[in-house]
Amino acid sequence: MSDQFLSGHMLDMFVFETTQLLEQLEACILDAEKDGFYSGNAINEIFRIMHTIKGSSAMMRYDGISSLAHSIEDLFYLLREGSSCDVEYSELSDLVLAGVDFIKAQIESIKSGGAAVGDASKLIADNRAFLARLKGSEPGNREPAKQETDTAEPGPDHAGQEQDLARQDDPSGSKYINSFRAVIRFQEDCEMENLRAFSVIHNLEEVAGGIRHVPEDLMSPDASEVIRRDGFTISFRTDCSYVDIHQLLMQTVFLKELELEQTDESEAAQEAGITKPSAGERTADPGEDRAADYGMQSISRDHTSHQNIISVPVAKLDKLMDLMGEFVIAEAMVIQNPDLDGLELNNFQKAAQRLNKITKEIQDMVMSIRMVPLAATFQKMKRVVRDMCKKLGKEADLVIIGEETEVDKNIIEHISDPLVHLVRNALDHGIESTQERLAAGKDKKGTITLEAKSAGGDVLIIVRDDGRGLDREKILQKAREKGMLYRPESEMTDREVFNLILLPSFSTRDDVTEFSGRGVGMDVVVKNIEAIGGSVILDSTPNAGTTVTLKIPLTLAIIDGMNIKVGKAIFTLPTISIKESFRPQAGEAFTDPEGNEMIMVRGNCYPILRMHQYYNISTDITDFTEGIMIMVEHDEKTLCIFADELLGQQQIVVKSLPEYIRQFRKVKGLAGCTLLGDGNISLILDIGGLIYGKDSK
Amino acid sequence: MADVIDNTIDMEEDTLKGRFLTFSLGSESYGIEVRYVTEIIGMQAITEIPELPEYVKGIINLRGKIIPVMDVRLRFKKEPKEYNDRTCVIVVDINDISIGLIVDTVSEVITIPEEDIVEPPQMNKGFNNRYIKNIGKVGNDVKLLLDCEKLLTADEIETLSEVI
Repeated sequence: MSDQFLSGHMLDMFVFETTQLLEQLEACILDAEKDGFYSGNAINEIFRIMHTIKGSSAMMRYDGISSLAHSIEDLFYLLREGSSCDVEYSELSDLVLAGVDFIKAQIESIKSGGAAVGDASKLIADNRAFLARLKGSEPGNREPAKQETDTAEPGPDHAGQEQDLARQDDPSGSKYINSFRAVIRFQEDCEMENLRAFSVIHNLEEVAGGIRHVPEDLMSPDASEVIRRDGFTISFRTDCSYVDIHQLLMQTVFLKELELEQTDESEAAQEAGITKPSAGERTADPGEDRAADYGMQSISRDHTSHQNIISVPVAKLDKLMDLMGEFVIAEAMVIQNPDLDGLELNNFQKAAQRLNKITKEIQDMVMSIRMVPLAATFQKMKRVVRDMCKKLGKEADLVIIGEETEVDKNIIEHISDPLVHLVRNALDHGIESTQERLAAGKDKKGTITLEAKSAGGDVLIIVRDDGRGLDREKILQKAREKGMLYRPESEMTDREVFNLILLPSFSTRDDVTEFSGRGVGMDVVVKNIEAIGGSVILDSTPNAGTTVTLKIPLTLAIIDGMNIKVGKAIFTLPTISIKESFRPQAGEAFTDPEGNEMIMVRGNCYPILRMHQYYNISTDITDFTEGIMIMVEHDEKTLCIFADELLGQQQIVVKSLPEYIRQFRKVKGLAGCTLLGDGNISLILDIGGLIYGKDSK
Repeated sequence: MADVIDNTIDMEEDTLKGRFLTFSLGSESYGIEVRYVTEIIGMQAITEIPELPEYVKGIINLRGKIIPVMDVRLRFKKEPKEYNDRTCVIVVDINDISIGLIVDTVSEVITIPEEDIVEPPQMNKGFNNRYIKNIGKVGNDVKLLLDCEKLLTADEIETLSEVI
């Protein structure tokens, strides 16, 4: 039975939770490293995360992960307890990050159905060695301060430490079996609420551990005020039963009201973490003083990760969107039903309008559900920058702007890799070494800016560095060597030259580094971005830096399409690839000896593709002067498509062709299909496929 | 507990076992195992897709799901017939592939006991009966029981040779 559990939902939850925890952990370490030391909060947070991972992986029987997490937990346990002044922080960060990487790799393999087989013993040994050194360097075992005195000490600096101590009874977290949360309210006129609260804590300490309470600083002048207003909230763990605890708390003097509830382990663990002020409960409002205690990082995290959030499989959202599309079409079928023609239906029209409005709203909501902020993706880049800087011996800051910009979930998955690549490029090729920077009169620390913003239906993601910029001469030279120049050098604008970099197998870097410069650079980025209907723009100023702009659509699923008609068939072209459409004059088109038709437009010659011929569709319109030419462009290649007529533009939901159809590999030039407003299906043309298909014919 | 679940599945399969949806193409009557059938719909507007085998008529929009449709007449190399009111599309789900089968008329669902199902006659190679798995006897009639999986896959070789 247990095996069944392991393979199913539990495993999903484990993977999901652990991944999230690891992300938090990474952010935490990076923040700490930026500040130059591990604050009490950070240490607590890391300890808590490692503890949770240890517990859950042990439960899932991933012993490697579990013991690794355990060794890291040990490290931070020591840090929490002892002095943390003489610790090699960068080495510590390296150790923990190595651990994080290991666990990540394991999770990946678990996700793809494999077993967690990696060997963590080396990492564990490293951790142990570091731990031993820490212990050795410490001046004896410090006597832990008495909790009472410490809690009683005012001042924001102690907030972190105080929490350490609050939990010290409970180092492993598993000593006690039950977790509780209690909200106590005192009688209105009892006075000195803080002292009364203090005695409650004191009583609890005899039977419980891991006690935490809000407000935290009972001795601060406004603590009584807070307790009076919001009640006194305590969470703790104990072996005693609910009834026992209830009895104990009911003995409190001047007690007016008691709320006691049993919480589960994970929740308690979360609360033991740094930020969460027991959201939504009738607890103390943290207020500014608390905010000051926690520092900026934790507050911003508070905003992003502690909303009321449920996780839903993407497949369900996809299904929901499909149904939504159907719904819109069904609605149109009802409201524009031919049976209604010529009828005077006032009430019906009113009701229909109302329905229409609601449908639109639902549609917007469905789309917005799929939108995810870029924050997580951007945060990952911090790690990339850190690792790169260490390895390359450069100094650089990552500035993130607009991380709250939202894009479709599917898109996020597609831009993560390209972004990593761009950031690496910026650091490796863009940012100069410290000496070079100083010589050039720049700040010795480079800056990489990662910016996201919405622009109409697109999202712009900009990766900017303040490095040396692109070298026109060097690029040209390289292009000459590789025979990639398609025009005389003198005629090329800077931008055109820079965009040579985006072509396959171009790398200006002479030596191959670990991170970039294998010559499979930018073209991969371009490919990935184009795959989701986006584009890449490159700009650079010598000595001032390079800017790469990724223009990506808000959502993958919906694109602007132009419907064209050929015979009875309807096709859709992505509007983005259409350059112009026109009706040719007689005599503009001509045929070469091999029978290829071409057309001259403003002095340039373009090949013509007759849709009806290409797909063997019978139509009456075969003469160029009766139909319409649509000039499309893809990869700098241009083609004129000849169709009967243009039907108009609409937003379309891209669906893939059924698998059964795709197995006939002969269907060329089709990217998918879409539903038209009237429920009919239109085929979406793949411009790239058409252009290359035409070439090979 | 696992046993109970297994039992339920067995029972479900039992109720479907031996039950066939019958349809006709011209004068012959065919049967298709009910467990493959998702639904039966009337004729729909079909969007043609170029460069497909003749018997794959195109794709239809089944409540937002786009599925291919195959004309079974053409698949069996029979004369094509104009579609009319009685023409039906049987939507089947074979190994997770949904496909619509265009047939002349759909008749009924019948149960054919196992003892009335016989192997098709084995003749020399020229005889083409690869789509027929079995033959069922119902009263005086004969139902040709289709092998659905072959309907979709057996054509690969043909497709390949056409390409070459």
